[in-house]
Amino acid sequence: MSSQENPDENLPAARATDGHAHGDVGVPDEKHPFADPGLPPHQHRIQDIDERAAKRSERTVALLFTVSMLATIGFIASFVTIPADRIVYIFPLGHISGLNFALGMTLGLALFCIGAGAVHWARTLMSDEEIADERHAIEAPPEVKAKVMADFKQGAKESALGRRKLLRNTMFGALTLFPLSGIVLLRDLGPLPEDKLRHTLWSKGKLLVNMNTDEPLRPSDVTVGSLTFAKPEGLEEHDHDFQTEIAKAALMIVRLQPENIKDKRELEWSHDGIVAYSKICTHVGCPISLYEQQTHHVLCPCHQSTFDLSDGARVIFGPAGHPLPQLRIGVNDEGYLEALGDFDEPVGPAFWERG
Amino acid sequence: MKKLSARRRHPLAAVVVLLLALAATGGLYTAFAPADKAQAETSAQSLAIDEGKKLYAVGCASCHGTGGQGTTDGPSLVGVGAAAVDFQVGTGRMPAQQPGAQVPDKKNIYSQAEIDQLAAFVASLGAGPAVPTEEQYDPKGADIAAGGELFRTNCAQCHNFTGKGGALTEGKYAPPLDDVDPKYIYEAMLHGPQNMPVFPDTTLTEKNKKDIIAYLDTVNSDDSESPGGMELGGLGPVSEGLFGWIFGLGGLIAVAVWVAARTAKAKKS
Amino acid sequence: MSTTTTSDSRSREKAPAGERVADWADGRLGIYSLAKANMRKIFPDHWSFMLGEICLYSFLIIILTGVYLTLFFHPSMNEIEYHGSYVPLQGQLMSEAFASTLDISFDVRGGLLIRQIHHWAAIVFLAGMFVHMMRVFFTGAFRKPREVNWLFGFLLFVLGMFTGFTGYSLPDDLLSGTGVRFTQGAILSMPIVGTYISMFLFGGEFPGGDFVARFYSIHILLLPGIMLGLVVAHLILVFYHKHTQFAGPGRTNKNVVGMPLLPVYMAKAGGFFFLVFGFIAMMAAVATINPIWVLGPYRPDQVSTGAQPDWYMGFAEGLIRAMPGWEINFWGHTLVLGVLIPLVLFGVFLAVIALYPFIESWVTGDKREHHILDRPRNAPTRTAFGVAWITGYVIMLIGGGNDIVATHFHLSINSVTWFVRIGFFAGPVIAFIVTKRICLGLQRRDKDKVLHGRESGIIKRLPHGEFVEVHEPLSQEALHTLTAHEQYQPAEIGPAVDENGVERKVKGPQKLRAKLSNAYYGEDSQIPKPTAEEYKEITSGHGHH
Repeated sequence: MSSQENPDENLPAARATDGHAHGDVGVPDEKHPFADPGLPPHQHRIQDIDERAAKRSERTVALLFTVSMLATIGFIASFVTIPADRIVYIFPLGHISGLNFALGMTLGLALFCIGAGAVHWARTLMSDEEIADERHAIEAPPEVKAKVMADFKQGAKESALGRRKLLRNTMFGALTLFPLSGIVLLRDLGPLPEDKLRHTLWSKGKLLVNMNTDEPLRPSDVTVGSLTFAKPEGLEEHDHDFQTEIAKAALMIVRLQPENIKDKRELEWSHDGIVAYSKICTHVGCPISLYEQQTHHVLCPCHQSTFDLSDGARVIFGPAGHPLPQLRIGVNDEGYLEALGDFDEPVGPAFWERG
Repeated sequence: MKKLSARRRHPLAAVVVLLLALAATGGLYTAFAPADKAQAETSAQSLAIDEGKKLYAVGCASCHGTGGQGTTDGPSLVGVGAAAVDFQVGTGRMPAQQPGAQVPDKKNIYSQAEIDQLAAFVASLGAGPAVPTEEQYDPKGADIAAGGELFRTNCAQCHNFTGKGGALTEGKYAPPLDDVDPKYIYEAMLHGPQNMPVFPDTTLTEKNKKDIIAYLDTVNSDDSESPGGMELGGLGPVSEGLFGWIFGLGGLIAVAVWVAARTAKAKKS
Repeated sequence: MSTTTTSDSRSREKAPAGERVADWADGRLGIYSLAKANMRKIFPDHWSFMLGEICLYSFLIIILTGVYLTLFFHPSMNEIEYHGSYVPLQGQLMSEAFASTLDISFDVRGGLLIRQIHHWAAIVFLAGMFVHMMRVFFTGAFRKPREVNWLFGFLLFVLGMFTGFTGYSLPDDLLSGTGVRFTQGAILSMPIVGTYISMFLFGGEFPGGDFVARFYSIHILLLPGIMLGLVVAHLILVFYHKHTQFAGPGRTNKNVVGMPLLPVYMAKAGGFFFLVFGFIAMMAAVATINPIWVLGPYRPDQVSTGAQPDWYMGFAEGLIRAMPGWEINFWGHTLVLGVLIPLVLFGVFLAVIALYPFIESWVTGDKREHHILDRPRNAPTRTAFGVAWITGYVIMLIGGGNDIVATHFHLSINSVTWFVRIGFFAGPVIAFIVTKRICLGLQRRDKDKVLHGRESGIIKRLPHGEFVEVHEPLSQEALHTLTAHEQYQPAEIGPAVDENGVERKVKGPQKLRAKLSNAYYGEDSQIPKPTAEEYKEITSGHGHH
């Protein structure tokens, strides 16, 4: 016999010679030294034989329930008496809210004591005699299965589903089509992407406004080794679409010694060593801004993509797939830094249509 | 301000006071006697510079060069200013034990007077940011909420939400800001120590800096409030997850073991 | 007739109120028939069988506290100026969602406590499900007839992850907003449909003004609704299958030994609910979680270092952080492998453990029901596989916190990332080999114990001067328990030619199955358990050891 004909060959039951080893209860003997001796006899607990011990248990359980009642009263009292803004110092927790601590501890104690009481009751006073319950096979016996199959066949026959093909096919058709309405309804969840991800608020002549002071930046404001964040002129925090626009337009400005800039295009797009890069990581869009002024590396705090700002923001480590987009900048007639156009590629995470 | 009162009893406090007094006198004199002051100031100043030069030769010259021009082991100090020296030496970062990507802070071995002399010497090498006055960095009366927003825009990316510090590339890190003297925070923003970028007054105004210091003073000091309880290091979900696993689930499993355990049996006797 | 009438009238008059209510209910719901089989249902006692209860109870706690939170939370992204009681945010612009979470924390008495219970319970819920799942895995409790319930449990774990994630995003704070931004970036990376799904999910460009409200209905209605259904189904199946048990005297595959539901388990399980609730309430009293007031409101141009998700998303975070930045551009399209591969791996890694029961049952070809649990050592290959899986998982968790690891162990973040990159492949292999060896060692020790008895620690000097340690024979109970496990034999393909000398065709899957079976149950993968003959031979040679 090969295993193909008998795939159960490797099962232990098929080979087991001594049913005693893992079957019914039996007395160990010469042939079956490991036979199951059966459930060990029940041993009494102290509480089962000593009424005083049982009484002690009862008192412990009652005490726990009483503590719970007191804790609930404490909870209500804390709620009423402790002001919500009271800060107390509790070692080693620190300066914490007195109300939160009091409510949490009393509620916790009230609940924990109910549980502890119930469990202690179960463990010491309820019977701990182990009982064996028989299991029954989950599978139905063959005659039941036969009955069900027969019923099903009869039902199917009576419905004439198999015979009247037209009925069946149109029904399936209707059932398949109707969920489409649900999918169509989802269409207005949002607009189509179109070219929204390709444009930001930056355009030719927009001034670079300092995030901190709300003032337009001059080249002399930005010293070598400094880090400044900027937004496009005209975008205010109170604007309705501020969040959405800043998510694309956020700018990071640093100044390098022009001779340290290795990338030719970066140098061309800079002004006197001042370079402006998108603050949005090209990996999944975290605001990347951990700038190391000596190495000119900028690190993303979310997934550690590292870009070299002195070399066209080339990726030197981490999961980002392409450099940070650079904004071409210059100085206007009044001596302020201005953008010379929008980013020439989409900012932020890459997407299928990015190309 | 605890730090200041503790230093009041420092053996060298008298020297500091004397020096400050001298400097103040000199300053006042300068203000009122523009004609002759140059002479007097120069002498007090040059005294400090001379002393600083000696200290510099002993502690700093091996890495930064005898004239502060810098070597392969240390950058040039020309133009870094007095604030840089006050910060680097005052926080014990300088003199460094060994040159490296990042020099950690340690116990400061110089007195404030000596630091001032060193600062005076380095400042004499080239103009740079001066040590801020207490009025500049005192957080009193500043706008905490504005400071919070500025902190999240400019600082949190490296130093974490409440200044608990964070990792940078290749083993470098942004140090935690717990218990850092406001003066040093101010100086750090002013001159950008090591890999920290500079935040000059032109882009982060004096008031902005004060607001930031006030915010830090509120959320990251010994008496900062943490209403919810232990702040678990203020590191966010990592420490929360560890606490939840070890204390939370660990504690509940211990309870489960108790619930499921057999009760002690009466001894057979 | 008359007797019936009298007994009826008597029960109407004299039956206690409780019984009369039960009668009423039985007449309409048939509760007596239901209770007949279940009231004294037997549950075996073992601490590890209560891990699932921890999950169930923390789930209930989450629902209770969650309902409370909905009474105060405003799922709106309208920007408002804050003028509540938390001073360091006075006058700041923030969404109503964030402001109402601040109000819950500072102005609603007990609101902070409920918020923290809700969040801590979520952390414990997910951790509990993970440990519960591993308990079921390592003891082989997923075998027939429980495969379906294993899948229900797995689905609960995955849904729990996403329910947790959507809930975590609701306050619209700087940390969770960063997480949502990541999600949006990950969606964008999907080929062809990415930008469309992103626009539809966020109602336009990120962050837009819709996602809090949308996540809210997903978090409080859609996902918990499905989970509630699954929990009920999971519990019904636990009742229906009856609980598994470890081998022991009197415990067979045909019975279940333990204590009855009424009263012992009613008290223990009911009590345990209060213990869990009380414990988590105390956690919320002593330790803060997600203090959004120091995180600040979300702004897409702000970020903090140490930006991690809650622990259950840490595995995905690790994959994302460890992945090199691969990106392919072709025909005007971009395939963002640097994000796409981790997303796919995340699904595959979880699917592997979900499908494991079916793989194992295919290898063994075992169609029988299993109600006796395996000790992990007695299934070395399965145990080694499970440990390898956990190793991969944990290494990615470390990867998800690589910046915290770097700062706290004074390491370079780049080295930690490289360790994770290599460790993800090497770690599981090493873990597999080591675990298997440990299991086999433990099996050998069990065999030794059965054949030679327990080391008593008593040293005896024999007349001729030799020192020996006295071994005490094991009790019959211990002998049975240590030999009760079943051992499979490796499947054989059979001879290459059949009895007529014709070459047999062995199909590929058949070969693979035989190979796997050999890896599982071959000579190097299990220690044959002691036979009656071995035992007799040794015990008859008195005094030897």
